Amino acid sequence: MLRTFVAHVEDRPGVLNRVVSLFRRRGYNIGSLTVGTTDKPGVSRLTVVMEADEDSARRIQADLYKLVNVLYVEDLSHAATVSRDLALLKVRASADTRPQILQLVEVFRARAVDVTTDAMVLEMCGASDKIDGLIDVLRPFGIVEMVRTGIVAMRRGGESQLEMLKAS
Amino acid sequence: MTTTRPVTRSGACVLWEVLLSEGVDVVFGYPGGAIMPAYDTLLRYPIRHVLVRHEQGAAHMADGYARASGKVGVCVATSGPGATNLVTGIATAMLDSSPIVCITGQVSSKFIGTDAFQETDITGVTLPITKHNYLVTDVEELGPTLREAFYVARSGRPGPVLVDITKDVQQALTSWVDDGAPVVLPGYRPKYTVDDESLARAVALIDSAERPVILAGHGIVKAEASADLRAFVERTGIPVASTLLGLGGFPATHPLSLGMLGMHGEAWVNHAVQEADLLIALGMRFDDRVTGKLDTFAPRARKIHVEIDPSEINKNVRVDAPIVGDVREVLRALMPRVQQKTRGSWVAKIEESKGHSAVRDIVSMPHDGRLFAAHVMHDLWRLTEGRALVVTDVGQHQMWEAQYYKHDHPRGLITSGGLGTMGFALPAAIGARFARPSLEKDEIWVVVGDGGFQMTACELSTCAQEGIKVNVAIINNGYLGMVRQWQEFFYEGRYSATPMKSPDFVKLADAHGLSSRRVTSREEIEDAVAWARKTPGTCVIDFRVEQEDAVYPMVPAGAALHDMIRRPSSIVETAEDP
Ligand SMILES: Cc1ncc(C[n+]2csc(CCOP(=O)(O)OP(=O)(O)O)c2C)c(N)n1
Ligand SMILES: [Mg+2]
Repeated sequence: MLRTFVAHVEDRPGVLNRVVSLFRRRGYNIGSLTVGTTDKPGVSRLTVVMEADEDSARRIQADLYKLVNVLYVEDLSHAATVSRDLALLKVRASADTRPQILQLVEVFRARAVDVTTDAMVLEMCGASDKIDGLIDVLRPFGIVEMVRTGIVAMRRGGESQLEMLKAS
Repeated sequence: MTTTRPVTRSGACVLWEVLLSEGVDVVFGYPGGAIMPAYDTLLRYPIRHVLVRHEQGAAHMADGYARASGKVGVCVATSGPGATNLVTGIATAMLDSSPIVCITGQVSSKFIGTDAFQETDITGVTLPITKHNYLVTDVEELGPTLREAFYVARSGRPGPVLVDITKDVQQALTSWVDDGAPVVLPGYRPKYTVDDESLARAVALIDSAERPVILAGHGIVKAEASADLRAFVERTGIPVASTLLGLGGFPATHPLSLGMLGMHGEAWVNHAVQEADLLIALGMRFDDRVTGKLDTFAPRARKIHVEIDPSEINKNVRVDAPIVGDVREVLRALMPRVQQKTRGSWVAKIEESKGHSAVRDIVSMPHDGRLFAAHVMHDLWRLTEGRALVVTDVGQHQMWEAQYYKHDHPRGLITSGGLGTMGFALPAAIGARFARPSLEKDEIWVVVGDGGFQMTACELSTCAQEGIKVNVAIINNGYLGMVRQWQEFFYEGRYSATPMKSPDFVKLADAHGLSSRRVTSREEIEDAVAWARKTPGTCVIDFRVEQEDAVYPMVPAGAALHDMIRRPSSIVETAEDP
């Protein structure tokens, strides 16, 4: 199944390289990987999405823990989470097709962020499958280029597994 | 708590200070431009430096030192080629969880990333073969980083740690004070507390098992758990099979010792494992050389896995009761809970399956004048009363040693198991000698093939310069024997690139000013071994053994553990007193 892991790591040079090298070495195939800062100075947060069965999921976590700079790992696959992906899409848009495109943008709760005579740049933030849907309906107009950030995810509810780390 | 006065000195001084405070008294290394400031200050510190002949040897020496002592071994090299020459030694230490710290010089920080002379991204190169590594570009970080390096190397599942230190850091001044506080690494938690529930599950399995077998691995030796294992075995009556690296963790001559399992394990050992209803794996990791084909491995057995590294659990073999923790602590926790038993009929059954195999054994054969490697190993064991520290290389001789030299003591065998690194033995033995300097207490024998010996034979020169004593038994069969054996068995005897012409090893040793002799028949073994034991300095014996002999039994790669190629019937003889 498709799994989402969240790892908090020390923000030091080369840490991302260690994580990626681990996945490569063990032959795990990363679907998406995002890295960013957190509210805690010196701590970065990584979200990794990949296909893995129950056994490999356990081992991925154990392997990640072996990295000295990894502080905390969570498998969010079975948890109630909020997860978001951000996409920027540049679509061919003439005066004729623009209204149709804007209609679709409305339906998908995306936004137009740039318009020129022959193209538009759209932004959509949401669940990955919703973005897939938008891409599908825009394809006939001609997608010039596209970029997605990959998924970031967070557990719903009041508590954070990182709390204990903050306390320390 | 050790506190140093805040004095201003160079990074190079900090390096040696930290090493001293970590208890290091010897380092193995080779100088060069980027590490020269460190070498220059070394002269002021009471640390012995062993000048190697190739940096690979330095890493193996640090590894041999670590395995012989249980302490952290240290090697030193310069940047670029010096550092890359360490790579094989680091990978060897990684796969056998050996605690070493590798210090490398690096070009000055302002040159990093410019392809400067002798610049290699050694932290990048060694990332997958170190437990952790560091690049130090700020002298204030040098001390804490080195302390961390030793802590990481020796704690949890031990392993190699590399610290790459730029030349300007070695030269820069600092007044860093070692406050002696314990290293704090928020993401590194090498200690595990064993929970009651998993212990209870294991105890229930152990008490109800009828045909249990213990698989004892390297972890027993590393965790210093031999005495606890013995107590546990004597209480539960469970027979012990050992992995190659586990040999000596449980006495080979103990009535409940079965011997080595796996690719070259004796038939009765592998059969016992295959027929077991419970396997208790202690500090081992179900390597493919141990399990044979995975889906036919011990099909009837429930499995308990005691292991310090959680990422090993369920990696190759699915287990019923994992216990993550230090194997000695776990054995101590299990001890009072398990029932006292004898399990006589199971042990008798295994014993029964032995009888026949022993008759086919080479050491049971009447002499016919030929010299077999097995004879050399058997006689060496007999003559040294099983008390030598044997350091083996990789190949047929390594397996014969494992089969015929009965190790009764932990840290009595040092060998490259996980990586199978040819060229390991001689340098590792030199390292071991520095860990065990007493010639009376610790006799050291190198057992090495004619091929592997030539990979690091340059270190004979190190033996001569340092004036140390190890005895080197070259098992000279004129072939890369283990590969030749595979060609014989699996490639219809096409000996592609395995016949090997070697120099006259007696003369080679002589050229180094070392003592040497040649042995060509079994009658000469005793005399030659006695000669080496009493001759001062490193001695080399060139044993000219049967050239096309094979290691039996053998489980072909990918076959089930019970699917062994047995000793050919042509060497089945009537039993003699073995
Ligand atoms: C560095 C290295 N290269 C290649 C091999 C593959 N290999 C394994 S055993 C062996 C033959 C070893 O020959 P020798 O040292 O003469 O020992 P023997 O098997 O004859 O006892 C080889 C080439 C290896 N293990 N290590
Ligand atoms: Mg050979």
